[in-house]
Amino acid sequence: MNLRTAPQRGVNFDYIMWIYTRLSALAMYALGLIGIIGALIMGARTDMSLPDLMRWAFTPEVTHVLNTNVANIDAWRTLFWRLMGSLLVLVGGAHGYHGLLNVLDDYVKSAPWRLFLRYFIIAIWIAMTVVAVYVIFTS
Amino acid sequence: MPLKRDVSLKDALRYQGKGPMLTYWLHRIGGLSMIIFISLHVLAGYMLNQPWGARAGVFIDTIYENWIFQVFIFACVLFHIINGLRITILDLWPRLIEYQREAIWLEWMVFVPVYGIALYTIVQNALGG
Repeated sequence: MNLRTAPQRGVNFDYIMWIYTRLSALAMYALGLIGIIGALIMGARTDMSLPDLMRWAFTPEVTHVLNTNVANIDAWRTLFWRLMGSLLVLVGGAHGYHGLLNVLDDYVKSAPWRLFLRYFIIAIWIAMTVVAVYVIFTS
Repeated sequence: MPLKRDVSLKDALRYQGKGPMLTYWLHRIGGLSMIIFISLHVLAGYMLNQPWGARAGVFIDTIYENWIFQVFIFACVLFHIINGLRITILDLWPRLIEYQREAIWLEWMVFVPVYGIALYTIVQNALGG
C-alpha cells in the first residue's frame, strides 16, 4: 500500500498553485489576444497564414515571423513585443512546469522524491526562464 | 486521511470515463508535449548562437520544423488552450459544472474547424503548395 496524506485545507503551496494555474491561463488568453490583434494591425491579415498567426500569438518572438510573407520585421521586434514575449514566458513557464510537477506527483509514490522533484523543477523553471528571456532579447 | 494512490495501468485503461476522461488524457499529453517542446525550442534557440552548440541547435530545429511534428504540436496546443478555458471557467464558477458535457461538445465544435484550417495549411505547405 502506498499512502499519502490528503491535501490540507487553507492556503498552502498546492492551493496557491491550483489558483495560479487558472489565473495564469486567463492571463495567457489575454496575452494571446493582444498578440493576435497586434499581428493583424501589423499586416498579418494579408501576409500570414493561420498557423503562422497562431505561432506568433503563442509567443510573440520575432523569429516566428521570418518564414512568413511579412517583408519588414522592424515593428515585430520592438521593446513592447520583447516584453510581451518575456511576460508570456514568465507566466506560461510557471504554469507549464507546475503542470509537469503535477503529473509527476501522480506517478511518483515516494514522498522524499516528490519533495526533491518540487525543488528540482523550480530550479529548472528559473534556469529556463533566464535562458528564454535572454534569447528573446538577443534575437 | 490517507489516499490510496495505486491504480494499475490496466485498471486505468478500463475506466469508463468517456468524453471527460478523454479530455483529461489529451490535456495531460498536450501539456507535457508542450513543456518538453518549448524547453527544447528555447535551448535550441540559445545554442544556435553559441559556437559550441550550433550543431545541436540545428539538430533540434530540424525536428520541430518537420511538418509531421507541427501537425502534432498544433493539436496539442490548440486542444490544451480550448480545454483549459473550459476547466478555468467551470472551476471558477462551480455551478456551471452541471453543463460539463455540453461544454465538452462545445469544445470540439471550436477545435475541429480551427484545427482543420491550420492542418490544411500546414499539409498544403508541406506538399509544396
